[in-house]
Parts: sequence; structure tokens; C-alpha cells
Amino acid sequence: MTQIMNRPLAAPPPTLSPPRGTGTSLRRRMTGMLPVAVTRRAPALVLPLIPIVAFLVLWHLLTANDVVAWLRFNRMPSPDAVLSTLLARVGSGTYYDDLLASLQRILLGFGLAAVIGIGVGVLVGRSEVARMTLRPFIELIRPIPAIALVPLTILLFPSSEQGIVFITFFAAFFPVVVSTIHALGSMPKVWEEAAQTMGAGRMSLLFHVVLPGALPGIFAGLSVAMGVAWICVVSAEMISGQFGIGYYTWQAYGLLDYAGVVVGMISIGALGLGTAWLVERVGRRVNRWLPRASR
Amino acid sequence: MSTGAVNLQQLQLGFDGVVAADITLTIDPGEVVVFLGPSGCGKSTILRALAGLLTPMGGTATVDGAPVAGNAAQCAMVFQEDALLPWRTALKNVQFPLKLRGVRGRELKKKATDRLEQVGLGAYLDHLPSQLSGGMRQRVQLARTLACEPHVMLMDEPFGALDAQTRLEMQQLLMSVWETQKMTLLFVTHDVDEALLLADRIVLLTHRPATVAEVITIEKPRTPDAQFEESYQRRRRAILDFLGHRPAA
Repeated sequence: MTQIMNRPLAAPPPTLSPPRGTGTSLRRRMTGMLPVAVTRRAPALVLPLIPIVAFLVLWHLLTANDVVAWLRFNRMPSPDAVLSTLLARVGSGTYYDDLLASLQRILLGFGLAAVIGIGVGVLVGRSEVARMTLRPFIELIRPIPAIALVPLTILLFPSSEQGIVFITFFAAFFPVVVSTIHALGSMPKVWEEAAQTMGAGRMSLLFHVVLPGALPGIFAGLSVAMGVAWICVVSAEMISGQFGIGYYTWQAYGLLDYAGVVVGMISIGALGLGTAWLVERVGRRVNRWLPRASR
Repeated sequence: MSTGAVNLQQLQLGFDGVVAADITLTIDPGEVVVFLGPSGCGKSTILRALAGLLTPMGGTATVDGAPVAGNAAQCAMVFQEDALLPWRTALKNVQFPLKLRGVRGRELKKKATDRLEQVGLGAYLDHLPSQLSGGMRQRVQLARTLACEPHVMLMDEPFGALDAQTRLEMQQLLMSVWETQKMTLLFVTHDVDEALLLADRIVLLTHRPATVAEVITIEKPRTPDAQFEESYQRRRRAILDFLGHRPAA
């Protein structure tokens, strides 16, 4: 037995040796010059840079040469103009006022949507009466895009600040509710039954079985909600805001400061990335038990 | 232990007005009763009713004279599938019923650890269910159910999904646990050998609606090597005949 097992190791058949191509030898020569830690991480560092650098180079070439070929790049800001505007903005205090104003609105709207959305979702998912009462109403107002509420919120709320938070809340609310309802519905019944036979009451069931079990689904809804919330906070700021990164972007457009518009776009993107990362991070921590996360 | 007397009087169970089981049976405290019947005959519904998961359509079910209702905490159940809470470690899963009973602090940890050591999992306290094998998960479930200190333990094909070797180990573990605690044990299975190995009495059920067809009393229950005796083989053959598994001739 051991002899049979050992034989291939002692003398590997010739087919197992790597084919000798030019690509392999080049790669081998390159790896010989660099430490192993660097060569192993190199693809993860280099590959993402390729499209980013290519995009910047293309952008630079198109704007520097004022290319007009159906698409008109002659009035587009160049990358270096954007960079210098960005640096100037980062050095000024108003930039952070705008960022903070947007962040505050999004966190308030999103936070309200998360709390109320999970609450309503649990209510609808757990109670037959609540489901029959609330579900049709939810489905009725769900298709209304949050941004269509702008005129009414201007009439309704004493200040545009509250209106923007409300619109953000409205947009983020539905993904949370719907995903919570689905998460409750698709949970294995046996968890709850087992807890019931052990003597768990309604509250124990809710907080120790139903909610923890539904969290993976709820977090899927939360990350969708965060994305939608950004769209709405920026659009609402463009229409009716004072301060805020959406307001700044629209203002820059009005002042023909096109580099400023791009700086606003980049800032929105960066903030969106940051908040999405935060939701993802918290979700992974809370749902550590999922088999996928342990890999 | 003198608690755990189960009395089923014309207990009718079913869904949407269709009767799935109609059972009359008296079970003594500390008895091991195995329900055996054709698959889909409604064996599990009997346990579910006793666990308070299913409201009877008629008749009565009492444990120690008190009717079974709602959260019947004196009847804890071991399920076939993964009924552990997957986000809790083995220890936390066993702690759950203890916490519901108001055990706190150091005592909570000690009691749960003791239960897991009792089922041979003292080295796996911090493992999540997904990190344990199927047999180990059923051991945790057993420990968790024991932590409820039930008067009646309900087991719904608990070893059905395990391989033969693991199943044998689990049956031996269950017997040793029962020897020390002597709670009433109601066990549902479709495995005739399992039934003959564990039972004081075997209740044979008819096809839907399930009724008690025959109650077989085992004279010397849980005797090691009983399966090599002739009376065991005759009984096994008779039960298999009843279930409709005639040996291929």
C-alpha cells in the first residue's frame, strides 16, 4: 500500500511537469526578482488599477485635445483641473460642511428607515391581522418614487431639511420592510418550534430566534436601502437643499464650474462607497455564523 | 422519577378538518415507547401535539394529569433536522433553555457545560453548528433538550439522517442518558431495529388516519445482543410483515 502511494511522489510521471512556454519562463524570471509576499499580492493591487488608469488617460487625452466627435469634450473639465479644484475644496471649510450636512441627512433618514422598517416588517411578518391590514397599503405607496414627493414635502414640512430627511427615509423604508418580511417568511420553521418546545414565550422567540435568524435577509435589504437613500438625498438636495453635496454639485453647475461638478460627483461616490462599506461590515459581523462568512 | 405519565384519550389530530391520527394510549412514567408505522402515517403529529405545536381536533392529551397546551415545557422535543440555532455556539444553544428557566451567570455556563460533557462534546463548546458533524449536532440537540429537564422527552426520528455507525453510537448514548434520568421517552422511528433496541413497548400504527394497531411489550428491554436471539428475529419479522416490507423471496 505505502509503496503504491509513494511511487508517484518519488518519480513523478513526465506529464505532470509544467509545460515549458515563453509565458511561464517570463513569469518565473519576474518572480525570481521580487519577494514572495509582493508577487502573491501583486495581481490584487495591479489589476484594479488597469481600468482606473486607462480611464484617466483616456479622459485626459479627450479633454486636452478638445475632441468633438458627436460627443463634445471641449467643455469637459480635464483631470488635472478636477484635481486642483478638489484640492482647493478639501482645503476649504465649506466642503466639510457640505459633506457633513449630507451625511447627517442620510444617517438620519436611513436610521429611521431601518428601525421603523424592521419594526413594520416584523409586525407584518408575524401577525396575520397586521399583514392583512398593512400589506396592501405598503404595496400601494411603494411604487411611488421618493423623489416625486418633493413638491408635497415642501408644502408639508416647515424646513427643507426635514423634507430631505423624510424623502430619504421614504426611499430607504421599503427595501427594509420587504426584505424583513421575506426573511421572516423564509426562515426554517423548526428553529421557532424547537424554541417553543423549550418554553420560549413571544418575546424570547422574537429577540432570540426570529430576529437573529432574519438578520442576513434584513441586511440584504439594508444595503439596498443605503444605495437608494444616497440617490434620493442627492436628488432632493439638488432640488430643494441648502448645503449638502448634492446642493454643491448643482450650484457648481449653475456657476459653470464644471470641475466643481465632477468634484461633487466624486465626493458623492466616495461617501456612498463609505456608507455601503459600513453596512457591509456591520452585516458581516452580525451574520458571522453564516457558513459562507466562515470561509 | 415518578413524573411523566402520559395519557392520550381518543386524541384526534389533523389539518384542515381531515383527521390524520386518532390515538388512545396510556404511558407510564419513565417508560420508553416507540411509535412505529408506515411512513407518512402521522407518527410525528402525535409528538407535535404533545409538544404543544399542534392543537388537537378532539379528545384529550394529559401529562401528569395536566392537559398539554401552548408551551408545554415539560415535554421537550428532539427534531430530525437541524433544529439548533445556527448563530449560537454549542454552548450557547444549550444555554438557551436554561436562560429561559432563569439560570444566570456562572451557574448557567456550568450547567450547559455539564450537559455537553454528558453527551461527549466537552471539547466543542465554542463550535458553531455548521462546524460540527451531523451526529455531533444531534448530540448538542440532545444536550439542549436534557437541559430542559423534561418529564417527557419527545424524539421525532432524531437519528434518521445519520449513518449507521453514528446512529448506533447515538442510540447507546441515548440509552445511557435514559438510565441515569429515567424520564418518559416517546420516540418516533421507521427503523424496526431501532425500535426493538430502545423500547419498553412498541406501538404499531395503522396507515392514515393513524390508530393504534398493536402494542408490543418487550419482556427484557434494552438487553445487549438481544438481536441475536430467536425471539427478536421472530418479532422483527412480524413487525416488518405488518409494515408491508415482506422480505424478498
